[in-house]
Amino acid sequence: MSATIDFTIDGKEIKGQPGQTILEAAQQAGVYIPRLCYMKGLTPWGSCRVCTVLINGRPQAACTQPVAPGMVVESNTDKVNALRRNIIDMLFVEGNHFCMFCEKSGNCELQALAYRLGIAAPKYPFMFPKRELDMSHADVFIDHNRCIQCARCVRASRDVDGKHVFDFADRGAHRRIAVDAEAFLKDTDLAVTDKAAEACPVGAIVKKRVGYAVPFGQRLYDKEPIGSEIETAAAK
Amino acid sequence: MAKPKVATTSLAGCFGCHMSVLDIDDRILKLIELVQFDKSPIDDIKKFTGRCAIGLIEGGCCNEENVRVLQDFRAHCDILISVGDCATMGGIPALRNMVPLQECYEEAYLKGPTVHNPARLIPNDPELPLLLDKVYPCDEVVKIDYHLPGCPPSADTIWEALVALLTNKPVQLPYELVKYD
Repeated sequence: MSATIDFTIDGKEIKGQPGQTILEAAQQAGVYIPRLCYMKGLTPWGSCRVCTVLINGRPQAACTQPVAPGMVVESNTDKVNALRRNIIDMLFVEGNHFCMFCEKSGNCELQALAYRLGIAAPKYPFMFPKRELDMSHADVFIDHNRCIQCARCVRASRDVDGKHVFDFADRGAHRRIAVDAEAFLKDTDLAVTDKAAEACPVGAIVKKRVGYAVPFGQRLYDKEPIGSEIETAAAK
Repeated sequence: MAKPKVATTSLAGCFGCHMSVLDIDDRILKLIELVQFDKSPIDDIKKFTGRCAIGLIEGGCCNEENVRVLQDFRAHCDILISVGDCATMGGIPALRNMVPLQECYEEAYLKGPTVHNPARLIPNDPELPLLLDKVYPCDEVVKIDYHLPGCPPSADTIWEALVALLTNKPVQLPYELVKYD
């Protein structure tokens, strides 16, 4: 094994491997950096900016930035967490996130990050955009109301399933996940067993006939904050 | 010393959050020792009798009467708390925010599959509170001091927050008590 790359996160000394990203090296050392568009096994995308850290004082996405010797990284500080809270707040107000009837509630990464960052209610006015549902596919549906455009389905379908079912259509505020400019999900070769069908961090791409399978109190983020599995794994 | 007063109201809500207040079970006896209820559906007092320490708001604002009641609460309460998802983000009533108001009226009174309305009239009596263009979370109408999300927030969440405020402690709820569902 080649030499380690030594750097610090919030004063803690981390030994990274050459080619690792800051997020991966931190995770190996038991330091959780909040993330949303990052998913293990997918090409890092760097679009949600929730994993933003300060490297020698400059903001960078920890999921795409490789480790370098001697870098001083700030992550779990008031300043950086305030930036992350703002991003989560904006994601909540720009879509229609009705947690009270969402199948993903309790297992949703957006919601879990809001819990972890201590958000009781977003501080911006809600936009309540009009968004569509695509219920055409036999086994999977898309609820655009909940989509946060993390592109995990795009990458999972393209890189893991080898299908390229999803991509983005339109621009700016009108940007949306699409299967084609005009087609519906039923017109694609998406299968319910595809990685793309389970890559969604929120309740935008959901398998049908699963519903509210896990009772309150037993869901992923009911008792412990998101990321605590990384922190406790290192403590053992 | 007189007990601090607490007022509560349900605006565009379903009374589920008030049910959650009652769900504190026998702690309601302790609550009665700590506070006196003022304007509230719990004791059916219709008008404020004076200054209140805490106002609990269930529901967002869907009509002009909700706005007036909310402003009245802000004027009479030292601390105003949004209780539940409707008060904090609009909740289920805000599902109509994606539909123009005229279309909502037409669906409810003219086009809906179960509508029987031979006169084809959309109610427009001055006695009826005028609907707002959309449903607003409370903090888009008045200043709100604390948010307790949840549908409804659990009895423990409401209890812990109330006790902290009444005993002059910071409201720091444990992780499992702040949930959006």
